[in-house]
Amino acid sequence: MTYLTKLIAAAAVGVIGAVGAASAQTKTLDTVKQRGSLSCGVNVGLAGFSQPDDKGNWTGLDVDYCKAIAAAVFGDPNKVKYVPTTAKERFTALQSGEVDVLIRNTTWTIARDSSLGLMFAGVNYYDGQGFMVKKSIGVKSAKELNGATVCVQTGTTTELNLADYFKANNMTYKPVVFEKLDETVQAYLAGRCDVYTTDQSGLYSIRVQQPKPEDHVVLPEIISKEPLGPSVRQGDDQWFTIVKWVHFALINAEEAGVTQANVGEMQNSTNPDIRRLLGKDGELGKGIGVGNDFVVNIVKAVGNYGELFERNVGSGSRLKIDRGLNKLWNKGGIQYAPPLR
Amino acid sequence: MAVITGEEGRTRAQQARAPFFYRPEVRQVIYQVVLVVVLVGLFYALIDNTAANLRKQNIASGFGFVDRTAGFDISQTLIDYNSSMTYGRAFLVGLVNTLVVAGLGIVAATVLGFVIGIARLSHNWLIARLATVYVEVIRNIPLLLQLFFWYFAVLKALPPPRQSLTVPGGGFLNVRGLYLPSPVPEAGFEVVLATILIGVAASLAVGLWARWRQRLTGQQFPVFWTSLALIVALPLLVHVLLGSPLAFEYPELKGFNFQGGMVLQPEFLALLLGLSVYTASFIAEIVRAGIQGVSKGQKEAALAIGLTQGQSLRLVVIPQAMRIIIPPLTSQFLNLTKNSSLAVAIGYPDLVSVWSGTVLNQTGQAVEVILVTMGVFLSISLITSAFMNWFNRRMALVER
Repeated sequence: MTYLTKLIAAAAVGVIGAVGAASAQTKTLDTVKQRGSLSCGVNVGLAGFSQPDDKGNWTGLDVDYCKAIAAAVFGDPNKVKYVPTTAKERFTALQSGEVDVLIRNTTWTIARDSSLGLMFAGVNYYDGQGFMVKKSIGVKSAKELNGATVCVQTGTTTELNLADYFKANNMTYKPVVFEKLDETVQAYLAGRCDVYTTDQSGLYSIRVQQPKPEDHVVLPEIISKEPLGPSVRQGDDQWFTIVKWVHFALINAEEAGVTQANVGEMQNSTNPDIRRLLGKDGELGKGIGVGNDFVVNIVKAVGNYGELFERNVGSGSRLKIDRGLNKLWNKGGIQYAPPLR
Repeated sequence: MAVITGEEGRTRAQQARAPFFYRPEVRQVIYQVVLVVVLVGLFYALIDNTAANLRKQNIASGFGFVDRTAGFDISQTLIDYNSSMTYGRAFLVGLVNTLVVAGLGIVAATVLGFVIGIARLSHNWLIARLATVYVEVIRNIPLLLQLFFWYFAVLKALPPPRQSLTVPGGGFLNVRGLYLPSPVPEAGFEVVLATILIGVAASLAVGLWARWRQRLTGQQFPVFWTSLALIVALPLLVHVLLGSPLAFEYPELKGFNFQGGMVLQPEFLALLLGLSVYTASFIAEIVRAGIQGVSKGQKEAALAIGLTQGQSLRLVVIPQAMRIIIPPLTSQFLNLTKNSSLAVAIGYPDLVSVWSGTVLNQTGQAVEVILVTMGVFLSISLITSAFMNWFNRRMALVER
């Protein structure tokens, strides 16, 4: 009798325990600190945004954002575990808690902010969807693509914009849809498709990886708004605020002229804006749950927004993408951050 | 009455002997009840927990999305579809694509598997060795790699649309697929179709009559050639007499691609080829094992009563081998169907690619979408199984 009672009790406890454990709400910041590293969801490989080099070190614009968050939380940009995700897996990885933050050239849309249960913390790259064709087919404009076959990756806003664009322009097309970037590009290169479409940054990134980049043309049309940015799970405002302000810190640092090279001497600055930014005055960092010197750590680790842009995708990189919309608001772009005050 | 009293009496005696929970009949019931309660509780907890977590994270749930506009296009649609139709319609398109590739794959793999299985037992040294090499090479390389091989290696070797290879009869082969003329029936073609039906019915009748006659008189009748004449030659004759009422629409190069005619996409061809070649290597082994499982004496006896090699194989060995072959063959059919989900890797719009790929991503409702996908594959597999079990019972040895 005792044996049976124990068995039943154990089973009951097991069931209730499972429910309790799974539904217990833990703060992401505490989890990250406990684990001792940030789990960051990135692209499996997109030159300029996130790509492992031959030594296994990840580099890119999105990767630098992971490093910046780690620098803000731990003061050490190397405490990051990179989790490469495909377009299809990325949201599940974030929803299930496998990654703490998703920084994977992901477009901010209302559907993702609502039914997927995500929150976008900002826009680290203003992008738009474009088309790339082989120079040999002699197409100069996307309007000439009637009847073309288009290679596209599944699970992206790209797939929907594509359908909308051709419909709006009364053109027909044949989509060939792949799960992984590699296969999509391979099929385009093999001539299965006339056109490869994705965000323009992605097109430039793929183009520069080809043995002869000049054989491919990125068409001038931009057919959509693609604000790419880091996203987190809903229901953890503290973590959301940290990610958001890491992004704003990078932009504010550029605006204030704080760079990786001068961040040391800037700490002695008497300018009140810079003193607040670098944590010399006030408790601004503590307020969001990180150290007051979090901006110093971020800029030491990856530089300011302008530096990391030019290094990864701009003039300092092989991609040579023009900053365009991603210039600061006072330089003709739309990158703008609320003040640290 | 007396018996019942006796029973009760014995029970009472047992009650007195063993404590309540140690009585076998009580224990039996308790274990069952506990198991059911734990299982139900576990599933309830799982479902409740999932629902609660989804609610908490503000992730949408329910099946309302099925009626919403899909907004994306699909490359191969055998039923009417465009991007302004619903997610539910997109699901059907994907399902049809899966069924088509699985169905054709099963037929092709079975035919190829039987040929190679029999070839492995051939007395011709070269044929037997070639079949062995085929089996050993193909079944030992992962299917995904084979699909990549068929898709990318073969795709790269094909020319672009403007330098297409010409296929005899007005077709073209290029990197975009195999373009074939599509038949366009004209007035009078129904008659030809009707003749084919009449031919089939007539050959069935001839077959029955021939069996009846052979049983009575022992005389044989060339059923095969008669049927061929009835089903193929007769409709052809009618077709010519009516002035060929079947036109063909030929593919033509317009703009980027060929327009008109029908096209077999490279994704489809690669998947069909990959699936059937791979599964055929397993079926070949099953067929070989089945044939070798028939006792040698059967064949010797068949030859002894004067049947030819072919007849002894067809009339004596294969029917008995089928009993050994069918059950494992069923597993291979199921494997092929399930393996068709690898389509997603090479861009064929099957159920997994369209439904649990694109639709899942656009709606974000992973739980519902994956449950439906699993349900569909389970149903397809169970239906295939049920059919094969029925077929197996028909082929089984009738005990007399």
